[in-house]
Amino acid sequence: MKISKKEVEHVTLLARLELTEEEVNQYTEQLNSILEYAEMLQKLDTDKVSPTAHAVQLFNVLRTDEVKNSLSQQEALSNAPEAEDGYFRVPRIV
Amino acid sequence: MKVINSSLDELHRLLIHKETTSIELTKIFLDHIKKKDSDIKAFISITEDVALQQAVATDKKLAANEEIGILEGIPLALKDNMCTKGIGTTCGSRILKDFVPPYDATVTELLRESGAVLAGKLNMDEFAMGSTTENSGFFTTSNPWDLTRVPGGSSGGSAASVSAREVPYSLGSDTGGSIRQPAAFCGVVGLKPTYGLVSRYGLVAFASSLDQIGPLTKTVRDNAIVLNAIAGHDPKDSTSVPFNKPDYTHFLENNVKGLRIGVPREFFGQGLDPAVEKVIAQAIKMYENMGAVIEECSLPHMEYAMPTYYIIAPAECSSNLARYDGVSYGFRAEADDMIEMYKKTRAEGFGQEVKRRIMLGTYALSSGYYDAYYLKAQKVRTLIKEDFDNVFSRFDALISPTTPTVAYKMGEKSDPLAMYMGDVYTIPVNLAGLPAISIPAGFVEGMPVGMQLISKHFNEGLLYRAAYAFEQSTDHHKAIPALAGEVD
Repeated sequence: MKISKKEVEHVTLLARLELTEEEVNQYTEQLNSILEYAEMLQKLDTDKVSPTAHAVQLFNVLRTDEVKNSLSQQEALSNAPEAEDGYFRVPRIV
Repeated sequence: MKVINSSLDELHRLLIHKETTSIELTKIFLDHIKKKDSDIKAFISITEDVALQQAVATDKKLAANEEIGILEGIPLALKDNMCTKGIGTTCGSRILKDFVPPYDATVTELLRESGAVLAGKLNMDEFAMGSTTENSGFFTTSNPWDLTRVPGGSSGGSAASVSAREVPYSLGSDTGGSIRQPAAFCGVVGLKPTYGLVSRYGLVAFASSLDQIGPLTKTVRDNAIVLNAIAGHDPKDSTSVPFNKPDYTHFLENNVKGLRIGVPREFFGQGLDPAVEKVIAQAIKMYENMGAVIEECSLPHMEYAMPTYYIIAPAECSSNLARYDGVSYGFRAEADDMIEMYKKTRAEGFGQEVKRRIMLGTYALSSGYYDAYYLKAQKVRTLIKEDFDNVFSRFDALISPTTPTVAYKMGEKSDPLAMYMGDVYTIPVNLAGLPAISIPAGFVEGMPVGMQLISKHFNEGLLYRAAYAFEQSTDHHKAIPALAGEVD
């Protein structure tokens, strides 16, 4: 077992996903089979290999800091599940 | 029959010679969609009003004898993960079911500026995660060649709509094969451009270091025409590469004499259907007869591409999809406090495959496991990339099957890992950021087989040349699914 049911439950919290008992069991099994498959990567010696984040290398893309058109407040709020007085409204936090 | 099967050049000619109008053309395609899409189910939304509005604008220009561009007045459809201002963009997910983008993706804007006629938005696996469209939050698209089979995915709607002649062309996106695999399954031409050639601005992100937008078309020439319209540097995408864009149609010459084509033996191993292998072997023979230099080669780290991808892509997805929190847009589940709201929103809004990948990615990035999984995978990615660098010092292009089998029956692949294996020949290309094209190469038991050509970064022109020469020497691209033809 690469990942235990308890670890899967911890990951659901990190990922902000509410899962049913059945889903937790199913994912524990499936994640284990995928992670066991991924175990083959450990066979390779990569001590002297640098990681690739992007296949086409680009460095520090900069631009001048100019004021340009952007979304209006109304447009930005147009898809909000709930909005009030120009703000996004959410349930209580504490 | 004639119009819906016409190339972009032919459609353009009909318009400028006033043999038809854009309105007439648009209505023919919209009617065809209405007749066929109850079976194919390629469209999530049909944008009839927007389409007719653009058609009227084109017809006005034509009436005034103004010049029009090659795509002007001609319909297309977009995969539903490309933002369209004022038009719903679901990404195949219930979490974005009612999302109406307040802005256009760069590709959408470029096509609007070209006067292209948007006919609708196309079905896909939720957040582009899947290989069949069975993971769509709404419904499964059918393969026009056999309605009991999948069209491939995740750009299944994009491939099926072109195959069924519902639209002359479409755009899809490809993270691990999502343009090429459905193109192969549906018998159309699909290009995954070099990473950075087409702007990703306004493409709903799945795995940002792998995603790329590209065209799906009936022919190689049509494909080059569409790439001309969407390729180019975009300051709004910091991974977009400044690059002198050629006219891709200039590469279309029916000549491959002296072209060095490598046959990577790792792409012809276990799991490849012998009938598919036979079709590709015939294609290779054909290139040889046309004067190409064919030689076997090796990419020794290919067996590691799948596990590398299934760490990197879920890791990037778990990070990208953190934004779906029920706060600023998308679905929100009701709850008494914030954390509960997040958890319920994401539980109800996302489907099984998306949740599975978020879980896997979150785990691979979590404290204590980052080095073992994510960093390790990024290092192996370097080795895979170097394999390609090595062979491209000797070869102009590589040839392989696009997929190990033809299209599956619906419901056939229920185990996630078995499903992932269908992308074994397409995934390495994304990890290395290379361009690759899938073109029709023949049939196995009535289902299309796709051939993949891969080349160096920004070498799309050479891919088009090699693909065009093959296409001009065969009739596979002229075959039409019986279902698409039953009209007019």
